[in-house]
Amino acid sequence: MPKRNDIRSVLIIGAGPIVIGQACEFDYSGTQAAKALMEEGVRVILANSNPATIMTDPQFAHRTYVEPLTVDILTKIIKRERPDAVLPTVGGQTALNLAVDLAKSGVLKQYNVEMIGANLEAIKCAEDRSLFKQAMVEIGLNVPRSGFANTFEKAMEVVDRVGLPCIIRPSFTLGGQGGGVANTREDFVEKAKWGLAQSPISEIMIEQSLLGWKEFELEVMRDRKDNVVIICSIENLDPMGVHTGDSITVAPAQTLTDREYQMMRDAALKIIRKIGVDTGGSNIQYAVNPANGELQIIEMNPRVSRSSALASKATGFPIARIAAKLSIGYTLDEITNDITKKTWAAFEPSIDYCVTKIPRFDFEKFPQAEALLSSQMKSVGEAMAIGRTFKESLQKALRSMETGIDGLAEVSTTPEELREKLKTSYPFRILGAAQAFRFGWSIEEVHALTFIDPWFLDNIKEIVEAEAALRAGGLPASADAMRAYKQMGFGDRRLAALCGVKESAVREKRLALGVRPVYKRIDTCAAEFEALTPYMYSTYEEECESEPTAKKKIMILGGGPNRIGQGIEFDYCCVHGVFALKEAGYETIMVNCNPETVSTDFDTADRLYFEPLTLEDVMEIVDKEKPVGVIVQFGGQTPLKLAGPLEKAGVPVIGTSPDAIDRAEDRKRFQEVVAKLGLRQPENGTATNKAEAAAICNRIGYPVVVRPSYVLGGRAMEIVYDEESLTRYMVNAVKVSHERPVLIDKFLNDSTEVDVDAIRDGRLTVVGGVMQHIEEAGIHSGDSACSLPPRDLPQKIIDEICIQTKKLADELNVIGLLNIQFAVKGNDVYVLEVNPRASRTVPFVAKATGVPLAKIAARVMAGETLADLDFISQKMPKHVSVKEAVFPFIKFSGVDVLLGPEMKSTGEVMGVDANFGSAFARATLGSGSKIPRGGRAFLSVTEYDRKAVVAVGRGLSELGFTLVATAGTGAALKDAGLAAEIVNKVKDGSPHIVEMMEAGNIALVVNTTFGKQAIKDSQSIRRTALNLNIPYTTTIAGAHSYIAAIRATGQGEMEVRSLQEYHAP
Amino acid sequence: MKAVLVLEDGRAFTGRSFGAAGEALGEVVFNTGLSGYQEILTDPSYTGQLVTMTYPLIGNYGVTPEDEESAKIQAAGFIVKEPSRIVSNFRAAKPLDQYMKEQNIVGIRDIDTRALTRHLRSRGAMRGIISTLADKVDALVAKARAHESMAGADLAKRVTCKAPYEFSEGLWELGKGFSKNIKPRFKVAAYDFGIKRNILRHLVERGCAVTVFPADTTAEKIAAFRPDGVFLSNGPGDPEAVTYAIDAVKAMLGKYPIFGICLGHQIMGLALGAKTFKLKFGHRGCNHPVMDVAAGRVVRITSQNHGFAVDGETLPADVEVTHYSLNDNTVEGMRHKTLPAFSVQYHPEASPGPHDSTVHFGQFTAMMAQHGGKA
Repeated sequence: MPKRNDIRSVLIIGAGPIVIGQACEFDYSGTQAAKALMEEGVRVILANSNPATIMTDPQFAHRTYVEPLTVDILTKIIKRERPDAVLPTVGGQTALNLAVDLAKSGVLKQYNVEMIGANLEAIKCAEDRSLFKQAMVEIGLNVPRSGFANTFEKAMEVVDRVGLPCIIRPSFTLGGQGGGVANTREDFVEKAKWGLAQSPISEIMIEQSLLGWKEFELEVMRDRKDNVVIICSIENLDPMGVHTGDSITVAPAQTLTDREYQMMRDAALKIIRKIGVDTGGSNIQYAVNPANGELQIIEMNPRVSRSSALASKATGFPIARIAAKLSIGYTLDEITNDITKKTWAAFEPSIDYCVTKIPRFDFEKFPQAEALLSSQMKSVGEAMAIGRTFKESLQKALRSMETGIDGLAEVSTTPEELREKLKTSYPFRILGAAQAFRFGWSIEEVHALTFIDPWFLDNIKEIVEAEAALRAGGLPASADAMRAYKQMGFGDRRLAALCGVKESAVREKRLALGVRPVYKRIDTCAAEFEALTPYMYSTYEEECESEPTAKKKIMILGGGPNRIGQGIEFDYCCVHGVFALKEAGYETIMVNCNPETVSTDFDTADRLYFEPLTLEDVMEIVDKEKPVGVIVQFGGQTPLKLAGPLEKAGVPVIGTSPDAIDRAEDRKRFQEVVAKLGLRQPENGTATNKAEAAAICNRIGYPVVVRPSYVLGGRAMEIVYDEESLTRYMVNAVKVSHERPVLIDKFLNDSTEVDVDAIRDGRLTVVGGVMQHIEEAGIHSGDSACSLPPRDLPQKIIDEICIQTKKLADELNVIGLLNIQFAVKGNDVYVLEVNPRASRTVPFVAKATGVPLAKIAARVMAGETLADLDFISQKMPKHVSVKEAVFPFIKFSGVDVLLGPEMKSTGEVMGVDANFGSAFARATLGSGSKIPRGGRAFLSVTEYDRKAVVAVGRGLSELGFTLVATAGTGAALKDAGLAAEIVNKVKDGSPHIVEMMEAGNIALVVNTTFGKQAIKDSQSIRRTALNLNIPYTTTIAGAHSYIAAIRATGQGEMEVRSLQEYHAP
Repeated sequence: MKAVLVLEDGRAFTGRSFGAAGEALGEVVFNTGLSGYQEILTDPSYTGQLVTMTYPLIGNYGVTPEDEESAKIQAAGFIVKEPSRIVSNFRAAKPLDQYMKEQNIVGIRDIDTRALTRHLRSRGAMRGIISTLADKVDALVAKARAHESMAGADLAKRVTCKAPYEFSEGLWELGKGFSKNIKPRFKVAAYDFGIKRNILRHLVERGCAVTVFPADTTAEKIAAFRPDGVFLSNGPGDPEAVTYAIDAVKAMLGKYPIFGICLGHQIMGLALGAKTFKLKFGHRGCNHPVMDVAAGRVVRITSQNHGFAVDGETLPADVEVTHYSLNDNTVEGMRHKTLPAFSVQYHPEASPGPHDSTVHFGQFTAMMAQHGGKA
């Protein structure tokens, strides 16, 4: 069936900010969908509040709305653009929920907009657990024993029937948010209450725990002629109970006979037909009882998902792209297989390799949260690796993680400790399993503790046995032996550690023996047809299929697995680098190991190597491809760390030199730069031990900011107010050494931070944007909201900042991007840090100004000048853009929401408008919060902020808010002539503020706090605000922004405007 | 123990021994299925072939008598990247390696099976030898070249049953095993050119009392049996060489409903007057898309295993193509416009593979019902 002629314009709803459970896989799917529809001549209207996405680049749609994803805003977009259809299936749960709301509110009907991909009925049937369960029973499939409850009393009834252990799943949340396993009755009581609060419809499902069952997934596609194909099977290494996003997963399924696999496949066909997903992809999750093969259906997602992104990368079959084409009427047999170009999308990919995905966690950023895995997803990123065997892909994936391990790293533990630990699910439990084999345990013993399938365990055991042989026998002497270890996936570094030699010695030996990797292609068809797309992975076998060309080529190193501090923004820059260099006529080569990203889409770069970003793996590709340049400054800290070693190895690293990068990163060398230029820096020092640290602090005075060197995202960064805390930090928080000293800076109270992104071409420096942080200094720049142009900085300060930016760029001889953080205190400008690389704010600046900074930077690195590229002066937008950070606190119960120098946000949103207040309001709405219109505002601030709170109180009361305050703050307000109702702190007993909040009597919370005890005392206030989604701010500056936003939203309807219109010449 | 695989064009792969030691000769072919190695090994259509699985990790779930498609391993040899050290499945009866050793099937492991597949894809399926005895490539090439060629080989007569027998087992279900005591409605004569058990099970499940006949059974003998329908099975080798069966089918066309699968389809094509030809490297796997023209142009994902195909250009006017391969447009199914005869090139019985096409067994019984069966 050909394309439908009645769909000429489509609204694509994006997934919004990156949050746990919804990451850049939806930029990947959204971008693919937008591209696929544009190709078909469909007018694409795109809505997404996340500026760091590729999909919101103006070139991927006719109209791009970087606006809050709310029903209200989407209604306005629909009213304005009148799309024929809305595609809700490529923007995660967010888009699906919004589409449902749009349909329910009658907007779609009113404007005659068809929901394509999945219809309302199908979404309801898949998402509503009772309807889903009923549907499964009707088609003869088994689902776990379960029941629903919408009150706590009902929950207790249901659990009596279902039994313990059981799983609690709130309805209609993403990433299993609010879910959990309850083993005891007490446990159940707590989690049921929490789950009820989490669900937007106050409903939870309580279901039988399938402890020890195996988990599988199938990715299914269907077209409107009812053709159904399975794209990929996935087996979770972790058994049921661990969210699939937090599990190590392997494709294809490894331990199913054909009979069992076909049972699953038959079920998938029945399910997608029963649920009624007309066109597109779905993900179905299964549990299998390993004792008898019994199959149960866990859930179905009637949309593309994290797993479908993984499946796309694992097979080469672009699920979202095909789903988009199916949604406008094509059938699978009418769509070309992009990899072979001569077969069709109507088939089931076959693969001839093994794919392993390992999630990455950031538990260390949330010390109050327990590092345990459950049915609620907690990972923040993932790496995928491909090998010809599971062992190879596993070890490649482990070294892709960048958590400091190069393989199945040894765990320092005792057998007793390990035995207890292995019974729980925790990040990298696989290392514990390996350790168990080092203790000589049997597969049966480890299986009994972990329920990991014996097949996986035996592979792990085989690696451990090989390690023992290496430890005993040293580096293999023959090429055959060396190759055998490499085929098992051992990296050079791991071999070096096991054999007690240097990595370089392994490499030398390996090269001397002639043991080099070959590159195989991912072709969707297990070599049955020729692959025309160079999408490759390394292995150690006979035949290499890389067939490098003789073209002039540039290689771009990606960012590896996402983590807090290094996420989609860097992938955005990498992708832009690729686009720009393609335009400039280069062949582009992408190296990355993150399956969620646009950079690892097979048609982003000319050639894609899905490989770990280690020196060894990158060097092998460089040797094979011989690029004229390698770009390390786009992918964040990951490739930057490789800059020095690559240059040493003779690789042409283009852009800013590794030495200049080091001058900026190394505190001592940077101090010299600052001194030489006569700039100002907060007083600082570098300490390699406790005594040195204390001496520095005594010299420069408390408070100070302390941090380890060479980190991104403010990892382990703290503000320290006295010697006691300093000692605790030096002893407990960081591993200090001569190679890794601790950096100490004087903390500038009450200063304003400013971020600058600029480009230098070797001679000229042009500022891309100057952003004023909204939160005061001391809060990590990634966590602070910011405004472009600056909200209230004097022009002469901005000018001074631009001058200093140019000086620093010249001194470091930057070629490409440069990001500088300044602090402004009074009339003084301080340089906080210089990053001669892409920064987190590059995509935001690009969207705020309309200047494609990353693209320009890539071409500058390749030798063009800014004049060539027509970018010789800063572009000053007429509108105001505000970036706001989005946090994962809701996923980690018990964690405080206070901000500090360590970055905790996972994503960002952008709001654009004519003035700051309106732009901030949009950003706030985009982040999922609300702008209160009136009611009671609760103020409770530190003694230090008592003066400043008066202006906040006055502002709020002018806007008609009633003020409620704790005693101290209330007194300050009263002194200033403001009426305030006094309420108890929680510790002072009932009736107190949290009760007031729970009763729904508070519309806004302003809560600043300082000092351990005060923070502890007030945590429940912030946590309650978070749980009940009451707008809150923990800074005075944030409070003022709220006031501006409330004032602006009070002045009339919020209209929508696309980026294309904002940036129209 | 070292093992080598040498192809008739001189390409050699060195690996390690797997299964039995010794030498095995045959046509080297690849199968792209991700699961189902035991069904593949025991499928008589692989007679005379050295089979390589493109999926590198084989043997993970062991073997079980339930999954055998015939009484023994039929493939001449097995080529894999990495066999599993252990088996992990509740149904596993024994490891694959042991199963092969017990049946004296030679295998080779640890070779670059993707390179081998690419070689076969570009040069075509060819003869080869696996040897754990010698590694002189020249001598092995000579042996491979001296081996019989697949083109022109009548292998059906080697694998067919010696005497007629009845089959009464139905389909398998998890936790229940094979169904029994299904009430028969039709009397079916099944020609065994190398028949797979799951075909028989499907026929039984649909109410057929099945008697399996040797490949060279004449039309007269079948007539004496008085069947409601005749089934032509899959099997190995070149269909043109099975002249006796072609003759028998010619004689039976129009007399009973006839349904053919795979080699049976090719034999029917030849009986109808069409020609067959050898494909470059064949279709072997569980992911082959077939356009079902008859059902309104919908796509079926099919299990396939064939090295020969019916030439669509040579089909007489009274035969229509009902299915064709979406990958290379070759004929995958046909039916006679007036006579009760149809056939498919792929495997609706799956085993291994998807169950998208089991409908054909129902078509066969419906045809028998229409033609006077006791439905």
